[in-house]
Amino acid sequence: MSNILSVRDLRVSFASEAGRVDAVRGVSFDLEVGKTLGIVGESGSGKSVTSLAIMGLLDENARVQGSILYDGEELLGKTDKELSLIRGNGMSMVFQDPLTSLTPVFTIGAQLMEALTVHRSMSKKEAWDESLELLNLVGIPNPEKRMKSFPHEFSGGMRQRVVIAIAMANKPKLIIADEPTTALDVTIQAQILDLIEKAQHETGAAMIMITHDMGVVARTADDVIVMYAGKPVEQAPVREVFHRPRMPYSIGLLGAIPRVDKVEKEPLIPIEGNPPLLINLPDACPFADRCPIVLPACREREPELLPVLNGSQSHLAACIRSDEITNDGLIDGHPVYPVPEPVVSDLTRTPREDRPITLEVRNLTKTFPLVKGAFFKKKVGEVRAVKGVSFDIRQGETLAIVGESGSGKTTTLMQIMDFAKQEDGDIIIGGTSINGLKHARDERALRRDIQIVFQDPMGALDPRMTVADIISEPLFAIGTEKDEAHRRVDELMDLVGLDPAHSDRFPQAFSGGQRQRIGIARALSTNPKIIALDEPVSALDVSIQAGVLNLLDELRGRLGLSFLFVAHDLSVVRHIADRVAVMYLGDFVEHGDVNDIFENPQHPYTQALLSAIPIPDPDIERNRERVAITGAWKADEDL
Amino acid sequence: MTNQQLDPVTMPDAEEGPALKATPRKRMSKWSLYSRRFMRNKPAVAGVIIFILLVLFAIIAPFVAPYDHVELDFLNLGTPPGAEHWFGTTSAGNDTFAQVAIGLQRSLMIAVTVSVGTTAISAIIGTAAAYFGGWTERITLIIIHFMMVIPSFLILAMISNDSGGDWRVIAFIMIFVIGWYFPARVIWTMALSLREREYVHAARYMGVPGMRIVLRHLLPNIGSLLVINFTLGIVSAVMVETGLSFLGFGVKIPDVSLGSLIGSGANTITSAPWLFYFPAAALTLLTVSMALVADGLRDALDPTSAAGGRA
Repeated sequence: MSNILSVRDLRVSFASEAGRVDAVRGVSFDLEVGKTLGIVGESGSGKSVTSLAIMGLLDENARVQGSILYDGEELLGKTDKELSLIRGNGMSMVFQDPLTSLTPVFTIGAQLMEALTVHRSMSKKEAWDESLELLNLVGIPNPEKRMKSFPHEFSGGMRQRVVIAIAMANKPKLIIADEPTTALDVTIQAQILDLIEKAQHETGAAMIMITHDMGVVARTADDVIVMYAGKPVEQAPVREVFHRPRMPYSIGLLGAIPRVDKVEKEPLIPIEGNPPLLINLPDACPFADRCPIVLPACREREPELLPVLNGSQSHLAACIRSDEITNDGLIDGHPVYPVPEPVVSDLTRTPREDRPITLEVRNLTKTFPLVKGAFFKKKVGEVRAVKGVSFDIRQGETLAIVGESGSGKTTTLMQIMDFAKQEDGDIIIGGTSINGLKHARDERALRRDIQIVFQDPMGALDPRMTVADIISEPLFAIGTEKDEAHRRVDELMDLVGLDPAHSDRFPQAFSGGQRQRIGIARALSTNPKIIALDEPVSALDVSIQAGVLNLLDELRGRLGLSFLFVAHDLSVVRHIADRVAVMYLGDFVEHGDVNDIFENPQHPYTQALLSAIPIPDPDIERNRERVAITGAWKADEDL
Repeated sequence: MTNQQLDPVTMPDAEEGPALKATPRKRMSKWSLYSRRFMRNKPAVAGVIIFILLVLFAIIAPFVAPYDHVELDFLNLGTPPGAEHWFGTTSAGNDTFAQVAIGLQRSLMIAVTVSVGTTAISAIIGTAAAYFGGWTERITLIIIHFMMVIPSFLILAMISNDSGGDWRVIAFIMIFVIGWYFPARVIWTMALSLREREYVHAARYMGVPGMRIVLRHLLPNIGSLLVINFTLGIVSAVMVETGLSFLGFGVKIPDVSLGSLIGSGANTITSAPWLFYFPAAALTLLTVSMALVADGLRDALDPTSAAGGRA
């Protein structure tokens, strides 16, 4: 039998105070040796729980039903001890966060050798030699020396390499990778995906790739399961899913992703609403409330996962209208999702040179002192985090600063927001120079013109304040009257697409996308000229992200705002930005119009960055030429 | 509890007449939300009622009691509770009912003042030190660490000897010499992580003044800790005051406090149990009511708590 793993009607539920949570509601698939199954879905769709159920790593309070046959052996009902013989030996797992999946108190070598000796009887010398070989295989330079290093001496990408080495150690037949590249930078992600392919090739293992990134699926998977609300809603070979999706959710998911290879600026297609809570789900299509082509019949019973007409035998979809949807995503000759009208601003007709400058930054520098000594701190040197960057943003324009972690992009943004006085440079906001600020009162007045939206929609809102208090806080800071502030709160909530009647709730009552809208409303409250956006959508699911990006686009058009957008995701940047600055090691390596940079990148780093982004199209993605960065990060080179 | 009861949006105010229906729904302020959630919590409301009754007892009882607490009734020495002396008398002939009322008065004043004072001072000093950082933080920590190592007992002995048992002096000592620095240091460490939160950055970037950020963002987010500190503070203040009285630094005879009453009552628990049980019951009611109130406050202030409902 060539099926290494065969899952039938897997159901997982947890008891919770609010009732039984049905996290996984019937997953079935077969996985052949050497094949890769991609499981995609948004947070809460049950994809990670599925993988943990297969590994037998769920908590005691989880109820797992169905059947999981691994190599002809039933895994459900096995004790933890029996499963331990299989885990890490026949089945192994690569977790999302490389920073926490290695034990900090043991050396890399000790952890690798442990993985080997726990399942096989071998001498210390043999284990050592084999560990060296594994480190070599995963591309860790100078492995003899690195065997004795501790995890904190490795960068994130290097740690993920070690985790993959541990996963490969016993030549497993099945590797489960749960979001293996989500925590990594794109250039590192490309390297790790290459490595995972190599690991699969070396061991001949089957693989389950769990991810929310359609680009990663397009690149790695042979078959794809799209999960929604704990259930597969579409299951098909990778090309079928990407080119002939039959379930409105998959269509929406694909339409919601900004594409790095698309020139024209069309609004993204967001999926309205939020995924349902997995408690007491009615017997109806769980997607019905968000579906644009919903019929009354959808709410009568939950559609089963059935083979689609005019497709390959292995293409299954859970939608009663899947046969009406044609290959190019049309139903009755119309697109499944109505395309939103793009907002055209009057400003776009004015040439860039004629528009006023809202933010000008000249030679911005930030150094961190390196100090020594416990009590009397002595400066022994400095780290130059930002090395004199200059740029300007005009009205109605978005400048995106892109770069990987450690490039200094967030530091640049924070320097501007801190109103940090510059020695040899200046920051000029709407004509007022920071260096010229004398009083705290002037500084506060200038804060009106520049506001910020943060990355984490939860952390940026005080959990102890109601939404009305949060949105009106900047208004009170500038001395607005109470009645006026309350009127403005309603107006702003309406503007960002929230119901003003909900303004006396706490942020916990809102979903991630709604919280980010609250953050945007707060930033808008003082009528600023410029809004700094620090990775505003990177913590959101794609279907939600599209809605927030569209909102930002619309607000910029309607209110004539300027955005300073800091992001690592180039597809998002291409979608929203007019101008792009690529930042590397504290300096702009390339800076200019978005299309010039994306179509014709000059700097090798930009080229590498662009070629590293996975494109959600299996045909394009698998035939691309990648520009590799020669040498890894500076930090790694030093070691 | 049904969902309808929990959701203020679906349940309009009962007072809202038909005339008001046309106007847009008035937004509830944070405080009316908190009080609504607090009032929903039955044990907490019971706690408030017990506390109010205790306060009323402490205020009114001395007036209705047939005897004064310093008056000695030589006809009734060490009599059990009866019609003449409701809570009995001590071996010297003091009326226990009057003593408990006055003792409760003293203890309430000391305990509540001390607990409020300690909590407020430690909270503001701790969070402000963490938020402002730099020299503010360093100097505050030096003072806190200094207070921790010097024998506070010495200072206490020095000051309280001159106080003549005045409860205000005792409360003052308990706040500034014994009370504030341990909680302040704990609060400082908690506020350190809060100061790096994005909403604190956000408030700063909006131009909100520093002290207002401390009061609006940092303090409410350590609210549960403060509430617990406050309740435990009441209990420990009564204990400390008892200890001080025992050592001769606290409330002095003929003035009484619950602590001194319990201390002397404990000696005669087998021969004259009423001398112990009545003040002990008053103290228990006081601490239990505070615990209930604190629990309710914590749930009402904590937006994530399930007990608070969805509002």
